[in-house]
Parts: sequence; C-alpha cells; structure tokens
Amino acid sequence: MTRAEGVATPMSELLVSRRRLLGAGALGAGALALPAWARGADLHGGGSIRPGFDEVSGRDIALTIGEGPRVVQGRRGHAIAVNGSVPGPLVRLQEGQPVRLAVTNTLDEDSSIHWHGLLLPFQFDGVPGVSFPGIKPGETFVYDIPALRQSGTYWWHSHSGLQEQAGHYGPIVVEPAGTDPVQADRDYVLLLSEFTPLHPHTIMDKLKKGEGYFNCQQNTWTDDYPLSGEDRRMWARMRMMATDILDVTGSTYTYLANGRGPEEGLEFLFNPGERVRLRIINGSAMTFFNVRIPGVKFWVVGADGQNVRPVEVEEFQIGTAETYDIVVEPTGEARTIVAESMDRSGMAVATLASRPGARVTVPPLRDPPLLTMADMGMNHGSGGMDHGGDMEGMDHSAMGHDMSSQGAAAEPMAGMDMSGMNMRDTSKLPPDVKVGPGIDMVSMNPVDRMGDPGLGLDKVPHKVLTYKDLVALAPNDDLRRPSRQMEIHLTGNMERYMWSFDGKKFTAVSDDPIRFAYNERVRVKLVNDTMMAHPIHLHGHFFELVNGAPADRQPQKHTVIVQPGGSATFDLTADEEGDWAFHCHLLYHMHSGMFQIVTVAPRGNQPDVKRVGED
Amino acid sequence: MRLLFVMLLASTATPAFAQDHSGHAMPGAQTPAQTECEKEAARHRAMGHAVPEGSCAPAAQPAEPAAGGHADAHTGMDHSQMDHSEMDHGQMQGMDHSAMDHSKMESMDHSKVGHENMQLPEQTPMGHGAMDHGAMDMTPIPEGPPPASAGSGPPRAADAIWGADAMRASRNALRTENGGMNVFWFQGDRAEYRAREGGDGYLWDVQGYYGGDTDKFWFKSEGEGAFGEQVESAEIQGLWSHAIGPWWDLQAGVRQDLTGPERTHAVIGVQGLAPYTFEVDAAAFLSNKGDLTASIEAELDQRITQRLLLQPRAEVSLSAQDIPELGIGAGLDSVELGLRLRYEIAREFAPYIGVEQEWKVGQSADYAHLAGEDPSVTNYVVGVRFWF
Repeated sequence: MTRAEGVATPMSELLVSRRRLLGAGALGAGALALPAWARGADLHGGGSIRPGFDEVSGRDIALTIGEGPRVVQGRRGHAIAVNGSVPGPLVRLQEGQPVRLAVTNTLDEDSSIHWHGLLLPFQFDGVPGVSFPGIKPGETFVYDIPALRQSGTYWWHSHSGLQEQAGHYGPIVVEPAGTDPVQADRDYVLLLSEFTPLHPHTIMDKLKKGEGYFNCQQNTWTDDYPLSGEDRRMWARMRMMATDILDVTGSTYTYLANGRGPEEGLEFLFNPGERVRLRIINGSAMTFFNVRIPGVKFWVVGADGQNVRPVEVEEFQIGTAETYDIVVEPTGEARTIVAESMDRSGMAVATLASRPGARVTVPPLRDPPLLTMADMGMNHGSGGMDHGGDMEGMDHSAMGHDMSSQGAAAEPMAGMDMSGMNMRDTSKLPPDVKVGPGIDMVSMNPVDRMGDPGLGLDKVPHKVLTYKDLVALAPNDDLRRPSRQMEIHLTGNMERYMWSFDGKKFTAVSDDPIRFAYNERVRVKLVNDTMMAHPIHLHGHFFELVNGAPADRQPQKHTVIVQPGGSATFDLTADEEGDWAFHCHLLYHMHSGMFQIVTVAPRGNQPDVKRVGED
Repeated sequence: MRLLFVMLLASTATPAFAQDHSGHAMPGAQTPAQTECEKEAARHRAMGHAVPEGSCAPAAQPAEPAAGGHADAHTGMDHSQMDHSEMDHGQMQGMDHSAMDHSKMESMDHSKVGHENMQLPEQTPMGHGAMDHGAMDMTPIPEGPPPASAGSGPPRAADAIWGADAMRASRNALRTENGGMNVFWFQGDRAEYRAREGGDGYLWDVQGYYGGDTDKFWFKSEGEGAFGEQVESAEIQGLWSHAIGPWWDLQAGVRQDLTGPERTHAVIGVQGLAPYTFEVDAAAFLSNKGDLTASIEAELDQRITQRLLLQPRAEVSLSAQDIPELGIGAGLDSVELGLRLRYEIAREFAPYIGVEQEWKVGQSADYAHLAGEDPSVTNYVVGVRFWF
C-alpha cells in the first residue's frame, strides 16, 4: 500500500505506510534539498502557513523555525511554523540509529526544540536554561543524538517562552529495530492541538487578571447544572468554581486535528476490513481531550510511545503531552473520530473514511462536567487501599462509604454538609511544602486516583481507559524495590493564577533542584492539592506508574496526569545523568512557576547498568 | 474481535495475566488455583480493597524475589471473615499494597488472624506477625532526602558542556519566564453618569497594579462631582500591596486628596476576596491633621447569564472624630448601597445601569443639613466597567 488511490491530497502527511518507509532513503535525501520556505523565503509574502505536515527522516534532518500569518476556519492569527507548516514535519527516526537534527531559527527571538519522550544526552534535550543555551536568532543548532534506545510515538515542541501555543510542534515516530508487535494495515498520526488568534502572552495576561476569563460555562442563575442551592453556596463560600475544568477553552480555541479545524475535513482513508493504527498525540498547550469513535470499540496498544497490553475501550482521556496508540477496525462507510475538550467547549474532528469525502454525522458536544467532591480531595472512591491522609473526624457511615469504583466521587457533592470542612488545612502538608499565598487548597484526603477515567467520564455508559488498565507489554528492566520514596505536592492558587510544586514557584527553587543519585530507584508520589488535573512531565526518563500492574509490568510513561485532589505514584530509575526539566505540561501553569529541575548525579565510577530499551 | 496483535515478546511467555478478567469469561485453561485467587480478589474488592488486575498472575513475577516464600505460608487463609470495619485506614499510609503480591496468597484465611480492632501504627509493618508472611517485604519504603552521592548545589550540568557564560542568559530568562513575570492591570470599576435630583453628576472609581504574584504597586483613584461645578471630591492612592494569604493583600501607602482642604493621609488596608466571593476593600486613613477615618467597600458579582451580571455593592465610611471642614461626623459617617446590572460585551468591557442610595449619618447628616444639602441622595447611574 502506498498513498491510497484517489486521495485528494492535502493529506500527504497522513498516510504513512511502514512498508513505504522501508525504502525511505530517498526521503532522507530529499530533506537535504531545501524547499523554498527553508531557503529564506518570506512566509509573509508567499501566503500563509500550511496546515498539516510533511515528513523528514534519515541520518541528517534539517528543520527551520519560521513565522507568519495563519488562518483556521476563517480566523486569522500569527503562527510559528517549522518547515512552513503547523504542525511541523513528522520526524521519522529509526531505533538503534543515531540522528543529527540541524535546527535553524529564523525568528527574531530565541527558540528551541525539545524532543518529548526521547531518551538522549541531556545537552540535546532542548530546554534553554537547563540543557543548553537555546538557539539564537539566525543560528543553527545541531542536536547530535546517539543511537536511539527506543521506538514508538513521540512529539517535539518548542521549550522557549510560549512558542508552543503558536504552532511550534510536530510528531515523532521511531520505527522499532525489530518487528513491531503492533501490526496494522494503515498507520496514521493524529496530532491534537489548538489554534487561537490571540497572542500567547495575551492569554497568559488574561489568565493572571481575570479569573475564569475563558470560562463561558460558569454557574449562573439560569444554568442547567445539577447543583442544589446548597452546593452553589458551598462553592461560593470556597471562592472556587465547580465549572473550572480547563483554564483556556473553546471560547478562544479552535481545536485542531493535524492542524485542521473541525470543519476542515481531515480524513484517514481505510478499506473495509483493514486494521488502522492511529498514533494520537496531544500536542496542545492547555487542553485535555476525550477521544472516542462513536459506536466503535478500539484497542489501546501504546501509551507515551511504549507498548502496552491491548486494552479494549470506547473512549479515553488524553492529557496534554501524552500519546496513545490505538488500533481500530472501522466498519461502514465512515466513522468520526471525536476529540472533545475536557470541558466540552469544543472538539477536534477527523474522519475514518472508506472513500474520500465519506462522512457521518458528528455528534454534538456533551454537557459540560462539574468538579466533584473527589476533585476537592475528599474521594472515597476509586483509590483502593491508599487512604493516604488521615480521615479522622469524617463520619464514614454517614457518607455511605461507597468504596465501589468512583462511588461517591461521581456525585457532585452528594448532598454532603461541607460546613465543617477546612479546605485549606495546611497542617496536613509535609514540612517541605511552603505555605503561602500560592496555596489556596489542601487536599483533605488525597487518594490514588489512577483508576479514575478523568473529569466527566465517570458516568459514561461505556468503557473508558484508566491508568489502571495499562500494563507494559514487555517486562521492565529494573525490578529493584525503590530505596526511598518522596512526595511532591502540586500546589496552586486559581484566583491569583499561581502554580507551583510544594508551594514554591520555580523562581524560588531555580538553584535548588530535585536531586537523585545515579541509578537510584525512587518512588515518587505526586499529591494534587488543587482542583485542576495536571499532566506532569519528567524529561529524559520514563517512569513506571505504580498502578497495580505487576511490578515488572508497570507501564512506562513520560507524562502522568494527577487528578484533582488526588495522587499518582511512579517508580523512577534515575539513570540518565544531567539536568532535566520537570514540570506541568499545561503551558501556562509551567509559565506561572510549576516547573523544577531534576538533577541526576553523574554516573562516575558506577558500573554500567542496563538501560531502558537495551537488550 | 479477532486477535489483533502479534505479541512476539513476553506476551507468549506470560499469558493474559493482565487482562481485565472481570469483563471476560475465564479461559478454560485457567487453573483452579487461579480461579480461587480470582474469587479471593473479588472478595477483596468487595471490601473496598484495591486488588490490582493481574494479581492472580502465574508465578512469572520476578519483582519480589522474597515473595516466593508466601505460597505455603498463606495456604488455607480466607479473607472472607476479615473485619476491616475497625481498621483505621487513616494511619495506613505507610503500607505499600502495590508491592504486595497477592498471587501467592491463595486461600488465605484471615479469620484466624483476628483483625478486629486492628490499629495500624503509622510507619510500622502491619501487625501480621502471627500470619507468618515469611520474607514478604511489607515495610514501608523509607522517606528521606537523597543520598550524599546525589550531590548538592545548583543545577549546572550544562555549564560543563556549553560553558557557564553561554548558559547564563538563558538561565536567567528561564527564571523570569517560569513564574517571575510582572503584570500591569488597570480597571475602571465604576465610570458612571449619575442622574439625581438637583443636578446630575459623575463618578469615577479606578484602580490598577503593576507587579508580581506577591508584591505589587497598587494605585487607586476615586472622585465625583456635578456637571457645571467644581469637582466635589477626588483622591489618589499609591500603595505597596503584599499578598498575606491566598485571597488577601495587605496594602500600605499614601493617599492625596485633590480637592477641598489640603490633606495627605497614611493608608493601611486589606483588599481581597472574602468567602462567598465578596470583593472587599477596607482601609484606614490617618491624615496629616491627625484625623483618623476608615472605609469598607464590598461588591458581589452575581451571574444571571454568562454575560449578564447583577452587582450589589455597599460602602461604609467611618470617622474617629468630627472633621467639620470636611463635613464628617464622628462614628458612622456615610453609607452607600448600590445595585448595578451589567452586560459583558467582552469580559473587559461591560456597560451597566443601576441605582445607588447614599445616606449621610449622624453628625455628618447634620453637617449636610447645615450646608443646605440633602443627607439622603438617590442616584440613577449608567456607566461602564472596564479593564485592560
């Protein structure tokens, strides 16, 4: 199979057959013959930035960061584009092969590319101020990456300022050295992101000044939310909003599938009976998506680039910066892939089409969800045995103590009298958390919520993926019991729009990194003392979710969602020396201070250890 | 659905242990022991315990080498009689169940173990001594700082590669970008035309700040007058504002009166968001004449629709002494109650209509009478609330 016959192609980037790529040497050479946009052509003059992406591969890859006007569904904005498109080109790499990526910055400000999820020497990780000085205007920086130690679906993006919001991102696929355990007839990338006509600094500014600025689904006297007067008073008393699901919403964002708005008709072709692999990347700045193909069950086969045991689901929530690989066998003439923003203020749409132009009705947005008791850190539900905080003073019998999956958590407030509850009992915080204006809430009972499908998906009538469904396909290579554990609190203040780890913004800890000894194995518990879900990303490593899977099959991830008021725990083998960024991948949370540096001590005289991906 | 995947590697060696058995018929090949284990797991789940899917895996679990000794020790155990009702789960945070290998615990009978009234002291192993868990490692993973070999000091790994000079600028920029930004905000809370008996007037009430999350320079200005006359009152304040809690700022600075007798005041106050989302601004003023006064304002935004808001507003002025030249009497000086209905054309720009009632009270009312003014005034207002 090559390009399916008859595809009216603006779709050239979409259909990437593995078989075609086996003979992709020519493609690599092609990347060196500079196209017009890379020869300094003026993007402003030559029309606007293209949606969608080309593909680059080979031993040497050239990428050029430029800027220009961009129009999505009639909305005009300024964009940063790599190789002239948003998203930028699909970087196709080969496991076991080294690669040199020469990145040229034609902007009038510093830029960078971070290779999200790739294991590599820290100095090529691409975070200015942590791993390298950044790429100055007019400069070319060469990322000289040794033989890749992994395969799977990843992505790249700017780590400078807020450029990522403006379009500076693209997909990465690393082909496995051996046979891919996932066999499919078609292999597509679906990169979800956002377009906004607003400058990213304007968005940051509005978030700082106007709490709820982008939330057009707030509680009002005339809304339809299933909240009693008592519930509403309780939220008001807390000075918080039950509708605070996402900070930036469809009120400014047009959600994109491979750079195209929902009306711009992205389609993936298939022949009936074929097995289609979709590599779904959340390359957005601020959006969690609920992804489903109405009426179709599919298999999740990979998470954050790593193969997992196939799990059959009908929907999953994907946090910012996560990736999931799914396999679907579409039937009928067409099927719609719906990626609804978590607050249900908009959606990205693509179609699985058996012929070009085939479409089925796009379902309407579902009702917006509300934060629940569990999101305030009062969950008694899905967490299982980890009753972390102390619960004295709470009368379990009066609350029914429903321990079934999600249970009480699903009910908004469940009629509880909250009047005696202290939503900010700072005595529950460990001493290394700095109590101050930056903390507006302390989770009362932060249970493990990795069994939670995500905000708004606890009551849908079909199977939704949770982290507890993820089991690594291949055994992990470090089976040591962690020698110590640590707890990191995710802290924030919605009103002031302050976000931090342990109550300390990066400005307060820039010289005080989180340190690990080389090859140290540590259990890290992330406790979310806010009512927002945070996708926490550690650069340069995979960590294993402590999700109940057998110890040798704990799934490896680079980004983990910590649900509101809950906790998530991972085991980390700190075997990639150097300084690494560790942050919330919601762009404006990071920009507000939810960022830290993780320092892994040099290997020194330590014996060589087997690394992830090595045999 | 037919088998989709060629699982070349471990999948053939470790069959199906991680599948969600709850939703599937058990394969016929399942051994009786595993089925028992599944039942056991179900009982655990019924008790609200998290039993990881796949816990009943065959013994292909090299994770806990020590766990191998359990199988025998736990034979004959039955959790079904276990009474967790008295257990203090609150203190169990040290327990690490994820590392527990239930797969080796077939047919455990906990009824013999007497879990009633179990109190698990924090950070100690479960009091299961009588159960003979053998070598199973249930001690909590210790919490603590990194070992000495983790090193110390600021993160400077990149300096060794690129040089400290090359890194400096980006390192400084990173600090500013991730939490160190300053913001400028200007708000016209009330900018309005006031229709009233005996000559319409106007009022402005603006404020703004420049600064970071914790410390800001804050300025405020308020004034009013009647058309065709001199400005009746006007003042401007310059304040240092420091966050003292999640919702409150302490503000201190100077207020200059721009009309009437020359007055400069020292200001101290608090501004912030009270429970039920009342926006409150309370300040005390000590003038260069030694007069002590105070004012308290509160506003509440009530959303009727996503764009239409009703805003009740109250303001109370107080004085510690009579100040005849300003028409202020000791005690309660004046009270204002207002109700404004505004429409957000944009969040930043919202025209409104409303009504506001002012009363001079006590001695202040007498001063007003003496000056030939009505101590009670009703204003019908139209204005705009804006910010940028």
